[in-house]
Amino acid sequence: MTSDYLKIEKLTCGYNKGFKLKGVSFSLKQGALAGIIGPNGSGKTTLFKGISGHLNIISGNIHLHNININNLKLKQKAKKIAVVSQFPDAADLTVEDYVIMGRLPYRETFQFFESRKDVLIARKYMRLTGIYEHRKKHLSQLSGGEQQLASIAQALTQEPDLLLMDEPTSHLDITHQVQILNLIQRLNKEMNLTVLMIIHDLNLAAEYCEYLIMMKQGAIHTKGTPKEVLTYDKIEQVYNTVVVTQNNPLSDKPAVFLVSENILKEIQRKYGYIQR
Amino acid sequence: MNNKYISWILFTLLLLLLLIAAALLSLTMGEASISLTDLVTLLKEKESMEYFILTQIRLPRIILAFSVGGALSLAGAILQGIFRNPLVEPYTLGISGGAALGVAISIVFGLQTSIGIFMLPVAGFTGAIITILTVGILGFLRGGTDINKMLLIGVMISFVASSAMMFLMSITTSDNLHGIIFWIMGSLDEPNKTLIQITLYSAIAGLLISYIFARPLNALILGQEKAAYLGINSKTTIRLLFIAASLLTGICVSVAGVIGFVGLVIPHLIRLITGSDYRFLLIGSFLGGGLFLILSDIVARSIISPNELPIGVITGIAGGILFIIVLNQNKNKKKHDI
Repeated sequence: MTSDYLKIEKLTCGYNKGFKLKGVSFSLKQGALAGIIGPNGSGKTTLFKGISGHLNIISGNIHLHNININNLKLKQKAKKIAVVSQFPDAADLTVEDYVIMGRLPYRETFQFFESRKDVLIARKYMRLTGIYEHRKKHLSQLSGGEQQLASIAQALTQEPDLLLMDEPTSHLDITHQVQILNLIQRLNKEMNLTVLMIIHDLNLAAEYCEYLIMMKQGAIHTKGTPKEVLTYDKIEQVYNTVVVTQNNPLSDKPAVFLVSENILKEIQRKYGYIQR
Repeated sequence: MNNKYISWILFTLLLLLLLIAAALLSLTMGEASISLTDLVTLLKEKESMEYFILTQIRLPRIILAFSVGGALSLAGAILQGIFRNPLVEPYTLGISGGAALGVAISIVFGLQTSIGIFMLPVAGFTGAIITILTVGILGFLRGGTDINKMLLIGVMISFVASSAMMFLMSITTSDNLHGIIFWIMGSLDEPNKTLIQITLYSAIAGLLISYIFARPLNALILGQEKAAYLGINSKTTIRLLFIAASLLTGICVSVAGVIGFVGLVIPHLIRLITGSDYRFLLIGSFLGGGLFLILSDIVARSIISPNELPIGVITGIAGGILFIIVLNQNKNKKKHDI
């Protein structure tokens, strides 16, 4: 027995004739709130799909609570891992009908209707995510932020141990970004839910994630706490972009600033090098 | 209980009542006019001509109309679900084209005179099966379920089959030509009771089998990837349902010829009324399709009585116009996707 909850060893997965991961290993403790960062094409989504089971594993292992997830059936896996996609589902369904689909992994073959228990669980998580009052509305009538909350409610209704999220806030304004991430942080703390999310915004990643995995060209470049990972030299190596890092005066977490080309040229001309 | 379920039950009861009413109306219509009040007394007189007409001609026809309408509409609902495309209907996948080609070949080469009256249905069914196998094998090749590719293959097979059929029609005699065209237009005039029974039982079996997949079909609304995250084996679901829908269509086409529009319009209408939960949509489409075809048959038989119009003419015109009217009335209401 190890204390590692999610343990990924030398994982290789990818597309037949295209991009493949180059043996990724990391592990998370139960109740971790971790983020995957890295530039476009670095393998974040491939890693994500490898863990969620959408891409076949070529080599390596993924253990969840000492169980190799390759040995799990789809239904069993769906009871342990829930996935929230980048773009919320916008089907012609009411919020309630959509959220209760999270009970599908628990259905019997000939069970055509949800049980009372299913309904109660779905309602519990609609309340928790704050979309209970919208439950009769259609998904298309919700704002982007509310749709994302509905996806999270559906994922929670699966009662998973591990929540995977693919850029849950990338198309939202800052109000909703913070609202969603605060919710995830609260769920993580109160329910001891292990969360692994792809996140593009380095400042949000630093502020909310306890553990970061920074990827470059299909492999992990650096992993560790935000302070260890988000240093200007490492970011510049991975993203090929000049940045300045400072600590957020309130949270003491690293904050990353970008600098425009004009300013950089001016500084180069004045000093001959970039002073941080 | 949930309001949704209550309205489903009420709507189902309404459809059943309408079905019974339509069936009774259909029993009274025809050359030998039988009034509704006489119906009960006539059914006791087992020796009368009217009894023979009712039980041996009109009732089997109603059962066939119900089975074919229900099966085609059910197949349409299933295919629209697995292809996530509202324009798919049973005939889009080339099944009718394949069946028609099979029938054309058997008529042109005179096979029915050598084998007998079962030949046309058998030829039609063989054509349909060959089409299904081609689309299925090409679409499922290498373990994939690229449903858009399957759709395109189906459409192309449809073109190839109809061109091959036109070739046969252009080289054959005018008698054969008439036979082919008559078959293509579709007819519920089927004297063979066994074929009617096969159609009815297949339609009911199709409903039962697809209903097991009603909740997986709901999940497929969200796409194959998301459905997999909800523990649904999308590939198995899609394949089984594709085969079920294809067989239903193949049987209908073989027995009744090409009756268009039922499979496209009825699932749409039901969806507009009750939303896209397949637990209701499947039953609603089945009953609604049966009802629609019984009503269309009444119109087809009575409009130029004593002659009858091909039923495909009625389903096409009535279905199309009805659909446009309902769609226009609904345009201000909530938007419906698949």
